[in-house]
Amino acid sequence: MTIPANLRYTGTHEWIRKEADGALTVGITEHAQELLGDLVFVELPGVGKELAKDQEAAIVESVKAASDVYAPVAGKITEVNEAVVKSPELINQDAYAAWLFKIMPSSDADYDALLDAAAYEKACHE
Amino acid sequence: MEKKTALNAIHRQLGAKMVDFGGWDMPLHYGSQIEEHHAVRNDSGMFDVSHMCAVDLAGPDAKKYLLRLVANNVDKLQNAGKALYSAMLNENGGVIDDLIVYFVEDGCFRIVVNAGTAEKDLLWMNSRQAEWESRVTITPRRDLSIVAVQGPNAKARVWQALPGARAVTESLKPFCAARVGDYFIATTGYTGETGFEITLPSSMVQDFWKKLLDLGVKPAGLGARDTLRLEAGMNLYGQDMDEKVSPLDAGLAWTVDLESARDFVGKAALLAHPQERQFLGLLLLDQNGVLRAHQKVLTASGEGEITSGTFSPTLERSIALARLPFKTAIGETVKVEIRNKQLAAKVVKPCFVRNGKAFV
Repeated sequence: MTIPANLRYTGTHEWIRKEADGALTVGITEHAQELLGDLVFVELPGVGKELAKDQEAAIVESVKAASDVYAPVAGKITEVNEAVVKSPELINQDAYAAWLFKIMPSSDADYDALLDAAAYEKACHE
Repeated sequence: MEKKTALNAIHRQLGAKMVDFGGWDMPLHYGSQIEEHHAVRNDSGMFDVSHMCAVDLAGPDAKKYLLRLVANNVDKLQNAGKALYSAMLNENGGVIDDLIVYFVEDGCFRIVVNAGTAEKDLLWMNSRQAEWESRVTITPRRDLSIVAVQGPNAKARVWQALPGARAVTESLKPFCAARVGDYFIATTGYTGETGFEITLPSSMVQDFWKKLLDLGVKPAGLGARDTLRLEAGMNLYGQDMDEKVSPLDAGLAWTVDLESARDFVGKAALLAHPQERQFLGLLLLDQNGVLRAHQKVLTASGEGEITSGTFSPTLERSIALARLPFKTAIGETVKVEIRNKQLAAKVVKPCFVRNGKAFV
């Protein structure tokens, strides 16, 4: 199972990368794409949308099932990746490159509480 | 303890993602179910369907017994080797299982039933046999394995693997079978493509599978099997019909013979309760979601329900089978509730793709 050490994670299988401007880039983990199988549909939030922590932010659907993607922190959507809407299979090909959205957190506290790679790996085995 | 087919270890070696299916540990896919789907539509793929159960019926009353047990008329099987798709009903007209009956030779039939229902089916069949005092022996053939090889190049690959089978099977019409040594080779399938379903002793199935693998036949799992059968508009037991559903409301009227004088289990119930619903296809017009089982369908003449839905890899949009109000017309636009939205779908004949071609 691939879990890059430089990213943060949630127990609901989102990965989070902190960018230089303070925004957080969010995607679903390799483990999540493997569980879902071939992805065929992605719905992303509107840019500017304000979300609470753990609120539904996006939907990814595979041939098999639909799955919500949650906001890992409270904040405002600043950018979305239209490429994965056009080609959901990009997520299957490289889950850590095919990001879904960027969110500007309203405080630092939520980010600091996210799982690190070791804690996420442990969560996957529970 | 989950049941395993004779190919279980090979599936694992091939990197299959395994899932429980009707109590069996079966491959869902070997990497990408969409690639497996396309392999069957464009070239050839193979499925281990040994979890399904072949049951041999032999004895002087075999035919008489089946005439009464099965909703379609086994009398239609006039020549040895001919096959018939139908359902086994209970007294209320509900579907106990759907199955294929093969006429092997006089006094000898083979039926193939679903994995998850096999034990229930056998109990039912044995109890009918006892009650009717039929002179027929009912033998589940768990010593046999079944491999479905499907796709435009499937037959050619099977003939490469089994050169001796070509002469006998080349002239077989669809829905027929022939015995070639230890192999029972049928021109049936669950994909909407040409090909064979091959029943053989489990002791031989690993070699057979490896031979086909070396010839380039792509292993395909239950995931691709489901998208292929849905595109072909074929029903899945437990999803599109079950014991609470009349075959007439599940798009199976064509496999039910109410014309002949013959009596069969469930006939009286079907005559007393004519068709109430239409079983039709849905094509999602909005490109922003996937139709799934149990979603509500809103039509001009009332509500309906999706029984099976998926993303069609061939059409690259979502399709479904649905039980709809009786007055629903083909071509009508309906709404499907997906999460909190209502998406538009078109009502179509439940056959989306056959032999690689789109029908909608």
